[in-house]
Amino acid sequence: MSTPLPPRIDRRTAIKWVLAAAASTTLIERGLPAAVAATPASSGAITPVTAAGYGTDPNLVRDYKPGDVWPLTFTDEQRRTAAALCELILPADGSHPGARAAGVHDFVDEWISAPYPTQRADRVTVLNGLAWLEAESQRRFSRGFADLSETQMTAIADDICYEPRARPELKPAARFFATFRNLTAGGYFSTREGMAEVGYVGNTPLVTFDGPPPEVLQKLGLA
Amino acid sequence: MPFISADQIKDRYDVIVVGSGAAGGQTAYTLTMEGAKVLMLEAGRNYDPTNETPMFQTNAQAPLRGAGTPDKPFGFYDSTIDGGWQVPGEPYTSASNEPGRQFEWWRARMMGGRTNHWGRISLRNGEYDFKPRTRDGLGFDWPLDYADVAPYYDKVEMLIGVFGSNHGLENTPDSPEGCLQPPPLARAGEQLAKQRAARLGLPVIPIHRAVLTQRQDPNVLPPKIHPNNPRAQRILAASMQERAACFWATPCGRGCAIRATYQSTTVHLPPALATGNLDIVSNAMAREVLMDDTGKATGILFIDKTTGQERRAYARVVTLAASSAESVRILLNSKSARYPNGLANSSGLVGKYILDTVGARLGGQIPLLENLPPHNEDGAGGGHVYIPWWLYKEQHAGKLDFARGYHIEFASGRGMPSATSFNGLEAVTGGSYGRKFREDARRYYGSFLSFAGRGEMIPNEDCFCDLDPVVKDKWGIPVLRFHWKWSDHETRQAAHMQKTFAELIEAMGGRVTAPPAANGALAIEPGGKIIHEVGGTIMGSNPRNSVTNQWCQTWDIKNLFVTDGGPFCSNADKNPTLTMMALAWRASDYLLEEMKKGNI
Repeated sequence: MSTPLPPRIDRRTAIKWVLAAAASTTLIERGLPAAVAATPASSGAITPVTAAGYGTDPNLVRDYKPGDVWPLTFTDEQRRTAAALCELILPADGSHPGARAAGVHDFVDEWISAPYPTQRADRVTVLNGLAWLEAESQRRFSRGFADLSETQMTAIADDICYEPRARPELKPAARFFATFRNLTAGGYFSTREGMAEVGYVGNTPLVTFDGPPPEVLQKLGLA
Repeated sequence: MPFISADQIKDRYDVIVVGSGAAGGQTAYTLTMEGAKVLMLEAGRNYDPTNETPMFQTNAQAPLRGAGTPDKPFGFYDSTIDGGWQVPGEPYTSASNEPGRQFEWWRARMMGGRTNHWGRISLRNGEYDFKPRTRDGLGFDWPLDYADVAPYYDKVEMLIGVFGSNHGLENTPDSPEGCLQPPPLARAGEQLAKQRAARLGLPVIPIHRAVLTQRQDPNVLPPKIHPNNPRAQRILAASMQERAACFWATPCGRGCAIRATYQSTTVHLPPALATGNLDIVSNAMAREVLMDDTGKATGILFIDKTTGQERRAYARVVTLAASSAESVRILLNSKSARYPNGLANSSGLVGKYILDTVGARLGGQIPLLENLPPHNEDGAGGGHVYIPWWLYKEQHAGKLDFARGYHIEFASGRGMPSATSFNGLEAVTGGSYGRKFREDARRYYGSFLSFAGRGEMIPNEDCFCDLDPVVKDKWGIPVLRFHWKWSDHETRQAAHMQKTFAELIEAMGGRVTAPPAANGALAIEPGGKIIHEVGGTIMGSNPRNSVTNQWCQTWDIKNLFVTDGGPFCSNADKNPTLTMMALAWRASDYLLEEMKKGNI
């Protein structure tokens, strides 16, 4: 190729521009939602979602937090239980925050409060599941789930963490656990901390794409 | 001349182009670069990729961690606006309730249409693909050859920027030197697949996608694309300099603010607007082609969605590029006492022989890919490699129980984690949670991969669309009703895909995440689901067997053209957009010649 004309917008400028645009919306610090909707807890009846969705033309470049688009559902008690379960599924370890500190329970709340078919179905599973978990904790240990010791939590979770192995009467609870684990993992590993933990190192502009590094090719027998 | 309102439309244009996507964009580009005065009507709103594209946003910044919903079926960050499988207030219907007979229609009501989010896969049809009936006695031959289209493939590849490489494989055309950009290196899973697929005799080669892997050369390309037109060369050179090369981050489906990928809004429309020859009206929902007493088209009747009022625009030539099915709808809705079956329909074939691509998918988990050292696999967004159809000879010799081929696309690797990336991991972990689950997430992330088949469907009498006798959209315009049925050629092909994918996964030392379906009818995606809908105004050699001639000009009305996928009379396994653009360019050249000669 011959030398191109001096470009009006070169790569460096383009990258800078895009980075500046991105930076203005990337500083996410997930705090607690401003207001938690005050729906009655564990009454057995699950209130249907009546809010509207974000529509077919939402703003794609702003930063959204749970509760921004539709009201959240959890009562204080449900929120505590959900946070404890999130933390049991992905506990803090030496180098990584736990799912609770990452605010994943608020994502779960956002999810089950959304006016879409998948989320409406998960709403029933999750709210019934949290009620079951509370009742089961009271039955076995006479305390709410969030107040159990890790050993006590584990005693319950071990019975429901894998549906194929769960006792027949615990299958519904096991399906709840599977749904909740999916949401916890999706909610956590899509955060910056979570992406770093699983080794997602993309979403950054590069001048060249060099393919897999030698150690990867070596490991695959492709070097 | 620019984006104008319905009130600012001039009295008369050379050409009205309905639609602003790949077909409308290419048609308007070619016409305006050669000096024709063009009015473009787009049913959706205007769209600014520079400021509206979510570059670098993470899923944690989106509602529901970016998960797809009925409002945004391909995820929150998908660039589609006011579209998807349903458009609010603009329904379509199905003639049948049977599950296997549904057609799903993806639309995007926005400037640039579906080009903003498309997969950018840009494969040329080969020689066989234009003469399928000659080869196996099924479907229809095109009234043109590969050699007729090849120069336009060259030009489109150079204009939009397509990466890829040449391998001299059967019915998988090479591009002349200088047309293609260098392909990116394959990712880890893609390289492993290549090594293992070779053992099965399947070639894994770089795919062709419309992504700039380097900046376009503004000195070399414009003179090749527009010989003898210095003004067009200058305008195109300036536009090329506004485009950056891919910086290997953020998925293409979000659109591309730095214009590294092709979308009509960043590649076709800016230079077309820069000619000063293009007016664009958005929120203009075309309803009918207007006719005069002599049987010539005079313009378009449209609804100005901003006011709900009917408006008229006039031109010497009318070109429909509204998407193949939407163009059918406009023709059928243009019925009158003189044209009781709609326009350009003396053959009775408007709406007939609609086609999609055969799609089936199978995923696997590959232990070799577990616990890989972290590395950046974003690359150029979509897959970097594919497997072109490799059994032409066996199929031609009658050794397969289906008539046409498919290619295999890859989805592998270490993509940005989303709400659902870790769903169902208990199938391999046995239900871990706690510290063990953290370990498992690290271990299995990036170890899943899936293969998707994209195969040729043969046109059949059961696949067509007509006007629903009752249902109208919110503008009062009758809507389309779809009729659909796969033949055994497609379902058997889907079964073959499943078997092949399972063999590939096994050859990679992996395990399938679901058992492959022996019954292809269970594996095949519903009609329309691959969003390769073409046909409905098929081209042919005479007015009795087709709606248009090889120039996308309707047989019945000389100054009425259809330059979208409608004139496709077959739908090769190659993704249709590149061919659509090549044919739209070719049709536009012919249209200009005919205008010059005074024939239209």
